[in-house]
Order: sequence, then structure tokens, then C-alpha cells
Amino acid sequence: MNFLQASEPIVSQRLESAHASRLDRVLLAHGGGGQLSDELLAGSILPRLGNPLLNQLLDSAILPALGAERPALTIDSYVVQPWRFPGGDIGRLAVSGTVNDLAVAGAAPVAIALGLILAEGLPASTLHAVLDSIAATGAEANVAVVTGDTKVVGRDQADGIYITTAGLGRVPADRQLAPQRVRPGDQLLINGPIGDHGLAVMLAREMPEVQSVLRSDVAPLAGLVDDLLAAVGDDVVFLRDPTRGGVAGVAADLARDSGWHVTLWEEAIAVRPATRHAAEMLGLDPLEVANEGKVVAVVRPAAAGRALNALGQHPLGQQSAVIGCVTDPPDGLCELHTHIGGRRIVHKPYGEQLPRIC
Amino acid sequence: MNSAAHAARVQRDLEALHAAAAALGRPATFMEVCGTHTMSAFRCGLHSLMPANVRLLSGPGCPVCVTAQGDIDQLIQLAAEPGLTLCTYGDMLRVPGRRGSLERARSRGADVRVVYSAMDAVRLAENHRGRQVVFGAVGFETTAPATAATVRRARERGLDNFSVLVSHKRVLPAMEALLASGQVQLDGLLCPGHVSVIMGWECYRPLAARHRLPCVIAGFEEPLLAAALAWLARQVLEGRAELLNQYPEAVTAEGNLVARRVLDEVFEPVAMRWRGLGLIPDSGLGLRSPYRMFDAARRFALGPPLDREPAACICGQVITGTATPENCRLFGDPCTPIHPVGPCMVSSEGTCQAWFKYRRPPAGLRRAAALAPAEEMCR
Repeated sequence: MNFLQASEPIVSQRLESAHASRLDRVLLAHGGGGQLSDELLAGSILPRLGNPLLNQLLDSAILPALGAERPALTIDSYVVQPWRFPGGDIGRLAVSGTVNDLAVAGAAPVAIALGLILAEGLPASTLHAVLDSIAATGAEANVAVVTGDTKVVGRDQADGIYITTAGLGRVPADRQLAPQRVRPGDQLLINGPIGDHGLAVMLAREMPEVQSVLRSDVAPLAGLVDDLLAAVGDDVVFLRDPTRGGVAGVAADLARDSGWHVTLWEEAIAVRPATRHAAEMLGLDPLEVANEGKVVAVVRPAAAGRALNALGQHPLGQQSAVIGCVTDPPDGLCELHTHIGGRRIVHKPYGEQLPRIC
Repeated sequence: MNSAAHAARVQRDLEALHAAAAALGRPATFMEVCGTHTMSAFRCGLHSLMPANVRLLSGPGCPVCVTAQGDIDQLIQLAAEPGLTLCTYGDMLRVPGRRGSLERARSRGADVRVVYSAMDAVRLAENHRGRQVVFGAVGFETTAPATAATVRRARERGLDNFSVLVSHKRVLPAMEALLASGQVQLDGLLCPGHVSVIMGWECYRPLAARHRLPCVIAGFEEPLLAAALAWLARQVLEGRAELLNQYPEAVTAEGNLVARRVLDEVFEPVAMRWRGLGLIPDSGLGLRSPYRMFDAARRFALGPPLDREPAACICGQVITGTATPENCRLFGDPCTPIHPVGPCMVSSEGTCQAWFKYRRPPAGLRRAAALAPAEEMCR
């Protein structure tokens, strides 16, 4: 952000006195707020995430005023296992998830607050890889960590690393993205194939021996959404990132919250062969599986072509497609037209997805 | 197959099904006996494309659903043993027992692990020799060979901290019992795909002949399902009762001989209790005597399971095709996938969950008597 680059770099005096020692593994005392905490900051965190605001190490980061724009605030916690998976890691996931929660509210990201909970004994290499990933993903989304907190818990109390990210964004005064604006004729768009994240993580966790080309789609969507809103403006009426619950969850919620009938076309919804294969193996429906680099956009029919074009020109939207529409009657139901011409209801999934027996 | 060719083939087979059904001019009932067929049919909306006089019923093909209540209670009881790790497949986690579920037991501190293969459980036992590891072995001939292989490995390695609580079942004796009982009148049978990969297709011949029932071994993709139904309808129309293997790329006449050999080495047919079907001779698998030391029921002196199914739950009738979920007064309220009363609502392959997910509108919305006609779609 501009304001971060413009401010004077002020590095805390206390850190200059903290002589950084070589960190091997995280100790309980690293979270204790004493000299070891300073060492962790000076030796591990600031070299990777540092910026003029964070470097001040104040209890609160004080940000510039947003003018006429409205602040948007979001928070999410990340506990994914394993911490690194094909296509990403918990750091990239934490920044992307929060940036995307802002983006689908029509908010450009301004700043991120980062909470780390580390298990005693976490290898420094893991911590550093995650911090590097947070920095790189933040740079991709043009947002920085401006404040944070680190706690260390006993090795039996947590598994590796947990991250909480809160995000502050700014929304133009006249922008409104809400299911209440949705009406019959509106089109549903998505920026690419579905199910990659959930299945990549599940395969990495449950069947590490299985070789697959499957990769998580985790990515910050601020730029893509910005391009879409710039191209179509007010004709975008609703955005949602189909994370847990997948596209099924988003579409079923959209039907319920708008009160209209939502129809999805299965043949229009792309699923990569490796993803489909993994889903079949685990007995899961890609429609219900989490994505972390996808956005479902509802746009007015006349703007659908322009919206598709805008999404398609972004690197994260090259396989964008219209996947459904909103229709009468006002029954609040979502249905899927299957690729063989059948029809069935789409529900929001219930919770933990349990792989089947055979 | 690309999706256009796929759709065209389904279209052709559905037309053949409709033509045969129209010529038949009377109701016909087919049954699928495989949870994966159940899910596949519901997911692609096949039921919405069927002729009005042809019904596709779900039979006892969902491994979780057919597991007797007493067996589930024993698993939950075992999980509560201190120092014991219970491993089972994910589907079992939320099946309600008389006192809670494995999921609840886990939240109270029981060490319950979801595994994806039986081998994961035996590896856990190898790596934690101080803990008793029990594998809750459920499923048909599909999963039973993997259980057999783990038991054999446990014996080879002298693992005294590993055991299995076996409720493996054999599909054919159950189908025989169901057909012989006359509870349900069938015109054709969609034989299970995965089970047939192991057991082969020849084994259905006596059943087809004895009950004059056309039987088809079908794959899971929609074109295969549609083609199988079209073939069954034509068989009925022509008064035939043949056996067709329509899944030759995966199913041979004798099945997977390696898997059958290990199955036969470790297990022997025993009488087994099924939910909804009761005790059926030879319908289960029990450990043969050289392997009985790995029987968790013996090791932990569990005694005979108590069988009492939840009051008012008609899962047993749903499994046998004598009722549909909508005949159950618990369906949808209070029994839902979040708060299941019976196993058919828990399993992703259960008939009740399939109906709930794919046919019933979400709670709080008026029941859509019929979905809006397709012409109204804005595409």
C-alpha cells in the first residue's frame, strides 16, 4: 500500500538491542513476551514481513483515514493439515482467504493483522517458509501485515502452526453486493475449474502415498475482482468465494437468501480430470468441495459477456465460465441440470466430509 | 468419452428405456444393490429421466446401512475402552448407536481414527505396540479382502496389539434371502459394480435362474447405468432372464482371484445379522480358526450384540426396498444428515441421505411438488 511505502521506516529501539541468535526450533519462551520473543521478531518475522508500520511494533497499527470509503473488516483462522500441500501452504491460504473475504465484499485490501499460534518444537524452517509465503502472497495482493501477535503452546496442545488473519479493506461508498439485489435473469459466473483445493489437501493429508498432479488453487483474488468490478461495475450484484461447502454451498445459500430459484448447469462447470478422479476415489462431489482461488459472481444478464471477458483476461480467470442463472419461481431452491439432462436439488453440505467405505 | 458423446449415448439409451417401458405397458421395478450406483443415479438426476412406470429401488448395498445396530453399539462400546485406539472408515463415524456415536465418543476423549484403508490401522498398531488397535471392519466383498490382508500381516508379524471387529457381509446370500422372502417384487437386478470386480459375474447365474430375474453387472458412469436399465427393460419386455456383464473392463467371470484367495484364506462364511433383513445364514464373514486370535469380540469379551433398532426408524424397510424414505415419519424431521436417527441418513451412500440431498427441498421451504419445467430456464 502506498501509505506503507510513504512512511518513515522506524525500527523499534528494543529490537536493535536484541541480538538475533540462530533459531532452530520454536521454544515455549518464544511466545513469552520477553527477550526471546524479541529475537523471534527481529530474527524471523520482521526480516520477512517488515514494513514501516509493522516495524514500529506498536500495540496497534494506526492507519491513514479512508476518506469517503467504508472500512470492511474480516477475520478467519487457519488450521490446515498438512501445513504445506501441493499448490500452497498455510501462509498463502491465510492471506488469500482473508483477501478473498474482503474482495467478495467489494473491498480492496488495506492491511492485515496476523495471529500466529505455534506449537513448541516447530522447526524454524517451517516457520520461515510460512512467513515467506505470507509475505509473497501479501505482495501479490498488494497488502501488508501491519500488526500481529505470536503465542507458543505446548507440543501436545497444538499441531504445528495455526494462523489467524484479520483483514481491513475499503469499499466505495456506492458499492452494494448483496443477495437481495439478485433477480431472475442474473447469470452466475466462476473463474475456473472447481474442487482443486479441497481435494489436493485431502489427498495430501489422507493418502500422501498417492501421486497426483492435483494442486490447490489457493490465490488472492483482489486483482481479479477489481478487474471485474472495473469492467462491469454496478451490474455485478453479488460475489462469494466458494470455500468450505464449495459451489453447492454458495449456490444453495444464494437461492435461499435471494428467495429465487438458482439453476446450475453441470456441463458448464469445469472439473479437472485429476480432481474428478480424486473425488471419485474419496466418494466426494466436487461441487461440495472447497476452493480457495475461486469466486462466484452474479451479474446482470446484459453484462455477462463483459464480465466473462474481464475475468478471462486475468491470469486467475482464464477458464472462466457462465455456470448458471437465477430464475422464477421464488422458491429459494437450487437445482442442478446434470450433463445427461437430469435434474436434482443442490443442498448446502452438512459439515465434515466423510469419505465412504467402498 | 467427451461430454457431447457421453450425453448423446445416454440420450440414446434413455430413449431405448422409454420405448421398452412404453411397450411393456405395466409397472416394472429394478433394484440397484450398490451404494455407488445409488449415489451415481441420484447425482446425475437419473430418476428425473425415468419412464413413469419404471422404478429404480435401492437395495441392501450401502455397507453402513446394513450394519446391524448391535454391531455399531459394540464398536462404540469398544472405543470407550481406555488405552484402545479404534480405527474405522469415515462413514461409520456418525452412525448413531444406542448411546451416541463414534464421533461423540471421540469428542469425549475416545481415540477414534478415520482410516482410508485397513492397512493404515495395522501400521498404526505396528508403530504403537503399547496400545491396542482395533479395526472396525465393515463392508462387502469389496473391502473384506483388504481386511483379510491386514489380518494376515498382523499374524505374520506377531502383532498382539491388533484386532478386528468384523461385520463384513456377502451380497449374494442377502439378495437370495431378500428375493426368497417375497418382501419385494423385482423385475430386474443391477448387480453391484465394486463387489463384482472381486467376485466376478458368474456367481449371479444361479440367482438369475432361480428367480427368473434379468441381472446386469453395470459400471458407474451415467451411460453405463442408462444402458443397463434399457437392457433390463428389454429383457422384461421379451420375457427373458439373462445375465449380462456390461462392465467387462473391470469385471471378469471369476473376479479377482488374488483377492478371493486371501479372502478365503482368512475368512469363512458365517451367519450374519443385517439391519432390516435379520440373521441370514452364510451372509457374513468370520475369521477362520488360525486367525481367531485377531477377533476383537473375543479379545475384549464383548459377548453377543444386542439388537434393537431405533424406535420408529424404518431404515430396515428402506434397505430392503419395501419402503421409501418418504414413508418414514422421521424423514426430514427430526432425521436429517446433521441429526441422523438411522444409518441410511448418515452414509453418503444411504438411500435416505440421497433422497434428502437430491430430492427433498431444504427445510423451511415449501415442498416443490415438481421442479419448474426446463423451458423456463433462462439459458
